[in-house]
Amino acid sequence: MRQDYGPKVNLFSHLHQYSRKKPLTQEMSIPSTVIHPAVVRLGLQYSSGLINGSNTRCIALLQAFKQVIRDYSTPPNEELSRDLVAKLKPYISFLNQCRPLSASMGNAIKHLKKEISGLPSTKKEEEAKKKLQDFIDQFVRERISLAAEAISKYALEKINDNDVILVYGCSSLVKRMLCDAHDKGRVFRVIVVDSRPRLEGRDMLRQLVRQGIHCTYVLISAISYVLPEVSKVLLGAHALLANGSVMSRVGTSQIALMAQAYNVPVLVCCETYKFCERVQTDSFVSNELDDPDELAAQRAGVLASWQERPSLRLLNLVYDATPPGLVALVITELGPLPCSSVPVVLRVKNVE
Amino acid sequence: MRGAMDRAALIEAFKAQTRDDPDLASAVAAIRALLEFLKRDTEETMQGFRANLKNAIEMLSGVDSSVAVSSGGELFLRFISLTSLEYTDYSKCKEIMIERGEIFLRRISLSRNKIAKLCHPFIKDGARILTHAYSRVVLRVLEAAAESKKRFRVYVTESQPDQAGQKMAKALSKLNIPVTVILDAAVGYIMEKVDLVIVGAEGVVENGGIINKIGTNQMAVCTKAQNKPFYVVAESFKFVRLFPLNQQDVPDKFKYKADTLKTSQNLAEEHPWIDYTSPSLITLLFTDLGVLTPSAVSDELIKLYL
Repeated sequence: MRQDYGPKVNLFSHLHQYSRKKPLTQEMSIPSTVIHPAVVRLGLQYSSGLINGSNTRCIALLQAFKQVIRDYSTPPNEELSRDLVAKLKPYISFLNQCRPLSASMGNAIKHLKKEISGLPSTKKEEEAKKKLQDFIDQFVRERISLAAEAISKYALEKINDNDVILVYGCSSLVKRMLCDAHDKGRVFRVIVVDSRPRLEGRDMLRQLVRQGIHCTYVLISAISYVLPEVSKVLLGAHALLANGSVMSRVGTSQIALMAQAYNVPVLVCCETYKFCERVQTDSFVSNELDDPDELAAQRAGVLASWQERPSLRLLNLVYDATPPGLVALVITELGPLPCSSVPVVLRVKNVE
Repeated sequence: MRGAMDRAALIEAFKAQTRDDPDLASAVAAIRALLEFLKRDTEETMQGFRANLKNAIEMLSGVDSSVAVSSGGELFLRFISLTSLEYTDYSKCKEIMIERGEIFLRRISLSRNKIAKLCHPFIKDGARILTHAYSRVVLRVLEAAAESKKRFRVYVTESQPDQAGQKMAKALSKLNIPVTVILDAAVGYIMEKVDLVIVGAEGVVENGGIINKIGTNQMAVCTKAQNKPFYVVAESFKFVRLFPLNQQDVPDKFKYKADTLKTSQNLAEEHPWIDYTSPSLITLLFTDLGVLTPSAVSDELIKLYL
């Protein structure tokens, strides 16, 4: 079990708080006989923040599991469909210790487990393994890559010439949409909003400027200044919950709230594999706490010695929940939908 | 490739339908004309037929640019196209398509009565109702309420520039319903006196918002400000796959009459005939699929189209 780092804020004491700087291998013993080396590598990449972003983490996870399946051999007197699922369990809990699983990863694992348990016992091992690997490839291709293409196409209809689009942080999907729209000849400019401590907006800015898109860069404290000139807000999502709430990088709900005050429509882009059956009305119940040291930018001073001060707590939240009333529409690979349609999509997709 | 029914004949069939029965919804007239077109079409392949049908729908939109004609046409196309997946023999396919077309037409002709039956219980005895412009569905609803021996009075806006409200008032007084015509500008003034607002719709968009005669949005905003219920009555063939974010986002081809679109130099100088009302301002929608909240409209559309 990995230890928490530093004292936590009371309201979030049910969540884990891990340190980024301290190497994972020092904190817990990872027996290589129990955990596959591809998974160990993945866990270390997650915990140090080398692999970031909903889609990236999910694809990396599936590739690691593909390797696991390749190296797997059914022990005698066991069935592949049951044993493999049991083998994946400790890997998943190990990855959870490195960094709490994202909703996209959780859904992908659910689909994979369903596929594994659904394998007929009459299938030969080699065939079954090939089928699983093909399933993983198909999942990544259809629900992540092709979905992104479809979403980009629908989004193009919503981006008009001379639009001023506000984006927040760095979402792979939003990046792709803007680059595709620019390639198709749409004339627009982008305002990139960024926030500490991650400063992910810089990555987005770099990619957009490289494409030749006209960009402005502001910090989140300045949004009330820029919003009067914005025509629409384009946001990515980490997950879409069953009541229509959008879980995304912390700061998203603030932007959505401000946009509503200025009557600017908020568009969220999300693939359907990120739709969850969970319901969340606030940002406390289920969230992630990041390394609090990242908030203390200075080497000395009050913040640097925060652990010694009992009256001071640092809170570095990763996600927040935006209520569905603030979002005008969600663009998925099925087309543009209102936020309230998430349970319908889940129902339709589960039937398939 | 010329179909057996050429452009002029199709448009004449469409206009004849509206002439013979002025009470007919424009979408129903369009679908009847399309069914005639289907019967007389001489295409041998599914592809050719679909292309012809799509052209026909576009031609009809060129005559009557309303949202309902466009959405009705699309739904008809989809409804009969599903047949092509089941039967590979084209002539058998065509027979089934015509049969299904007739069934579809029959179903939607009954929709107005279904809606009236669902909606009139919401009109209580002694109610004061506000409505906008001329809507045949609202007329049918009020007729049903009057038939069930309820006493109510109606305020209807004059609805410039074509004074459609006067037409509505005349029809209502023929039914012996007390009616008052008010200025479009008097909606804010009269709102405190009314108990509920009922309007029709030319199109219902994906998020549950509606596209209707200009002035509807203003009425909805005033209704919300005074906390009165805002009801919309619309048949299900008016559900359209549009998702406007604001007034600008509504396509120009719906905003202006068909002739204006063809002849105008600068559309920005023309007055739009319709506006978009956002779903947050709508309380309930009465359709032949049932009584829906705005968020349920998207569910129904997903069922129809996905």
